[in-house]
Amino acid sequence: MKLEAKIPSGPLEKKWDRYRLEMKLVSPANKRKFEVIVVGTGLAGASAAASLAELGYRVRCFCFQDSPRRAHSIAAQGGINAAKNYQNDGDSVYRLFYDTIKGGDFRSREANVYRLAQVSSNIIDQCVAQGVPFAREYGGLLANRSFGGAQVSRTFYARGQTGQQLLLGAYQALCRQIALGQIEMHPRTEMLELVVVGGHAKGIVVRDLVSGQVTSHAGDAVVLATGGYSNVFFLSTNAKGCNVSANYRAYKKGAAFANPCYTQIHPTCIPVSGEHQSKLTLMSESLRNDGRVWVPKRPGDNRPVGQIPEDERDYYLERKYPSYGNLAPRDISSRAAKEVCDQGRGVGPGGRGVYLDFADAIRRSGENTIRERYGNLFEMYERITGENAYATPMRIYPAVHYAMGGLWVDYELMSSLPGLFVIGEANFSDHGANRLGASALMQGLGDGYFILPYTIGNYFAHCSQPRPAASHPEFRLAEAAVKERTHKFLSIRGRRTVSSIHRDLGHLLWEKCGMARNEASLKEALEKIPAIRQEFWENIIVPGESTEINQALEYAGRVADFLEFAELLCTDALMRRESCGGHFRTEFQTPDGEALRNDAEFAYVAAWEHQGEGRPPLLHKEPLVYEELKMMQRSYK
Amino acid sequence: MNIIKALFQSTIGKKYVMAVTGLLLFGYVILHLLGNLQIYMGPNAINGYGALLHSRPALLWLARVILLAIFLTHVGTAIALTLENWAARPIAYTIGPSPYTTYASRTMFISGVILFCYIVYHVLHLTVGVVQPGIMDFKDQLGRPSIYRMLVAAFSNPWIALSYMVAMGFLYFHLSHGISSFFQSLGLKNRAYSGLILGFALGAALVIFLGFLSIPLTVLTGLVK
Amino acid sequence: MNLKLRIWRQKNADTPGHFVEHDAPNVTPDMSFLELLDTVNEELTLQGKEPIAFDSDCREGICGMCSLVINGIPHGHIKGTTVCQLHLRHFQDGQTITVEPWRARPFPVIKDLIVDRGAFDRIIQAGGYISVSTGQAIEGNALPIPKDTAELAMDAAACIGCGACVAVCKNASAALFVAAKVSHLALLPQGQRERERRVWHMVKAMDAAGFGSCSNTSACEAVCPKSISVEFIGRMNREYMKSLIKAQFKNT
Repeated sequence: MKLEAKIPSGPLEKKWDRYRLEMKLVSPANKRKFEVIVVGTGLAGASAAASLAELGYRVRCFCFQDSPRRAHSIAAQGGINAAKNYQNDGDSVYRLFYDTIKGGDFRSREANVYRLAQVSSNIIDQCVAQGVPFAREYGGLLANRSFGGAQVSRTFYARGQTGQQLLLGAYQALCRQIALGQIEMHPRTEMLELVVVGGHAKGIVVRDLVSGQVTSHAGDAVVLATGGYSNVFFLSTNAKGCNVSANYRAYKKGAAFANPCYTQIHPTCIPVSGEHQSKLTLMSESLRNDGRVWVPKRPGDNRPVGQIPEDERDYYLERKYPSYGNLAPRDISSRAAKEVCDQGRGVGPGGRGVYLDFADAIRRSGENTIRERYGNLFEMYERITGENAYATPMRIYPAVHYAMGGLWVDYELMSSLPGLFVIGEANFSDHGANRLGASALMQGLGDGYFILPYTIGNYFAHCSQPRPAASHPEFRLAEAAVKERTHKFLSIRGRRTVSSIHRDLGHLLWEKCGMARNEASLKEALEKIPAIRQEFWENIIVPGESTEINQALEYAGRVADFLEFAELLCTDALMRRESCGGHFRTEFQTPDGEALRNDAEFAYVAAWEHQGEGRPPLLHKEPLVYEELKMMQRSYK
Repeated sequence: MNIIKALFQSTIGKKYVMAVTGLLLFGYVILHLLGNLQIYMGPNAINGYGALLHSRPALLWLARVILLAIFLTHVGTAIALTLENWAARPIAYTIGPSPYTTYASRTMFISGVILFCYIVYHVLHLTVGVVQPGIMDFKDQLGRPSIYRMLVAAFSNPWIALSYMVAMGFLYFHLSHGISSFFQSLGLKNRAYSGLILGFALGAALVIFLGFLSIPLTVLTGLVK
Repeated sequence: MNLKLRIWRQKNADTPGHFVEHDAPNVTPDMSFLELLDTVNEELTLQGKEPIAFDSDCREGICGMCSLVINGIPHGHIKGTTVCQLHLRHFQDGQTITVEPWRARPFPVIKDLIVDRGAFDRIIQAGGYISVSTGQAIEGNALPIPKDTAELAMDAAACIGCGACVAVCKNASAALFVAAKVSHLALLPQGQRERERRVWHMVKAMDAAGFGSCSNTSACEAVCPKSISVEFIGRMNREYMKSLIKAQFKNT
């Protein structure tokens, strides 16, 4: 495998223009001859499917939910960044590019990020035209806020439901093309295998989740917009259905997987309340603007809040990071919370939580002001915990939230497997080792509306591998493999439920490869994962049949892939002997506990190639060449 | 597209038909009530009113035909909508009734059916004159049909009076939801006026109910004789 | 706490369903209702029985996938919430809880508590969009929109498409769902060009799917997890009338 990033030469700000000039085009009459398969209907998938259909390509689109509108992009709260500089506060394409690279701890590609910043403005225009009801000023113009510690106000938002509104915009564009007959939509259909013919990705095998039927779909190209893999940790802020299967199936068919160890932990989630917990709920980071984070000074101090005097409280973020205080970046405040809880000073059930206290803010500005600012969040907190956060502090704890890693792609968003394109959270490309707030929505829509529709044409114009028939032997083989796997799940008939094993895996990963990792913990995880996997394959019980709706069966397939993927994640984390962004190795930190990068040895993208069952994955390195910026140490002191 | 066809082809169109015919029937009910309340002005007034209505038979019949057409359109459309509504939920919930709804809104069809039966009975009773034969033949000193004596005779029978009073109860329910529904179905309701509209609907329905109720009550109690 | 569940079980769309009682012993008040079902399912699975099939995905009240009628009320008796955010602390120890799927002809049950809501997608496909292809947009601030208008449009756009409005309606009417999208787009200047066409086709698709008519009971607003106002239904009725009248004067 040869990793060729295909970054156009020339000055940074001219690369994308240059690419578009030099790429080959497909004539309008020929576009209808090409069929594109799009898997996933989140921001990236829906926007790509709609845009490709508008261009004249024939599109087949798949999602496992009952409607394309339900993809997990819908849950994004905060907003979407764009370098519009509407606030006249010094923003520019270059600044957005710079912030994103720096936020990603200098582990992303300059050219990709710059292009993302360039198209960011078009995204806002497109969404406005679709009718996305962005927040407005009284003058009728678009409102902005600053988000995630950015020094400019470049975030566009629609209340706390920005992801929902953007997704509905893309979904509506998708629906328009379905009505026009340009897109064939397959909801409740899960991709279970990628089909490669002549070295090119030319189709997929899917299971109809209602009838259980396994069918093949051939196309001229396959686009994966299948999101991130945070659910490998069992508990995350992702939707229950989010999984790594499509990506992992592609990996096993030859697509390289890049930087799987880069996972983002979000500091302000509602803590776990018990063993039954099925998912974690995120609360907007904006709460840290007014809330003060603290724990008792003394370990094991479980007095009620009111009985802990001021001088026995440790406002640890303010103590350790005096200038940023409670607003320290996501990764830093997450690790600090873990640290105090590890010392036995955590609060709430299980001791995994810290207080986020609004008492001072309420005293200072009054309860009404706080209610105006965060009323909906306080309501949500009360709905979930049953506690009134105006009277007693909130309890928060970090949770896995986003996967920066993903399938490796080149500048054209094509994976190492020709004909396989990967967009949105599913690819690795733009966020480096850490994603900034309000950048995920930007990337998903940028890829789908404004990048992939160009680059896929260049592939078609050069491609010599024709679309096979869905009866091609490779499809028959893939179908047989899917059926065999399904049969295996149903026939084990052991004594463990799939979710109990998923919990074991998640617990192990969270403990050994979560917010902080080190060589010993990773080696321990790598030793234990195969045992969990073995337990899975020998002892799970999946009731029901394959010819009907069988949620346990769907879940078993996803967990089976998580069990293999977890090993890849830990392998990558063990290999990367440095700390950067969301990947924190305790051995590699500055004297004051900051991430210590090792640019001399690790300034590369780690792309892993599957070598066959039972063989370790092969590491390929794509060097990160910085032509424009200089790598430097992040500091938030 | 032909507007009549368009109206009857969609659920919203049919709701317009319900709203408009409902409004016309509501208007008729008010006129009818005003006519009836003349009983309190003595036999001369109400008998004179009756004679006036019958003085131009062609006009009277024209009005009757139009009223009947409106009425049947209202009923027919209601039946069509109700059948569609029933078809839309082939399997009922085990726990009912629909939460967060008023009794009146849930029972529009039932109150409608009862009112339909009542109206047939009412016409047979006091227009055709088959329920209590003879009461139609009362004449006053001027030789006009005596509506006054007819009503007194009719409502002196407690069972008949009771049946009218019960029917008016259903009319109250039907109107209390129907009047505000008229505004909503035609898109004439908004946040600023919804409270006012609701108040008007309940108030108008109550006034009509009490107005009609008063006649059998006053006859039964002997205040009108 | 201990709960007793009476749950609708149905093998598939073609087989009649029935209620089955399941015990849920030793559950905790902090559980969400879906976590209660998860717990019951774990037990059923271990007994080799088929777990209860139900839809859910985001479990934070925004995807619109979860869809259970609990004791006769879609999403349960707590207002402004979806089932995934309904917690057991709102129930009493020892209580018997009846759980049913959405019931409407256009939402056929396909297994246990799962229904097919494809009819909603078909309604949006009929016109619930603004026809603007990628790249055709004008500069975002070239079209100022009064704040109040944008806020009102957002109130309507907040719909999560769960179908609780249909489920609760005695007529299984989709009026609130359709009205929310019609209003969202009709309120905004971008939506003007297709305004009449949109409402016309969406209502046609709604009727074709077999939803009942709106009886103005307002139950939909009461159970809507986003508390979308029935005022928007009035707006849709107004929009439809405009469309109907304008169609009379078109020389087609």
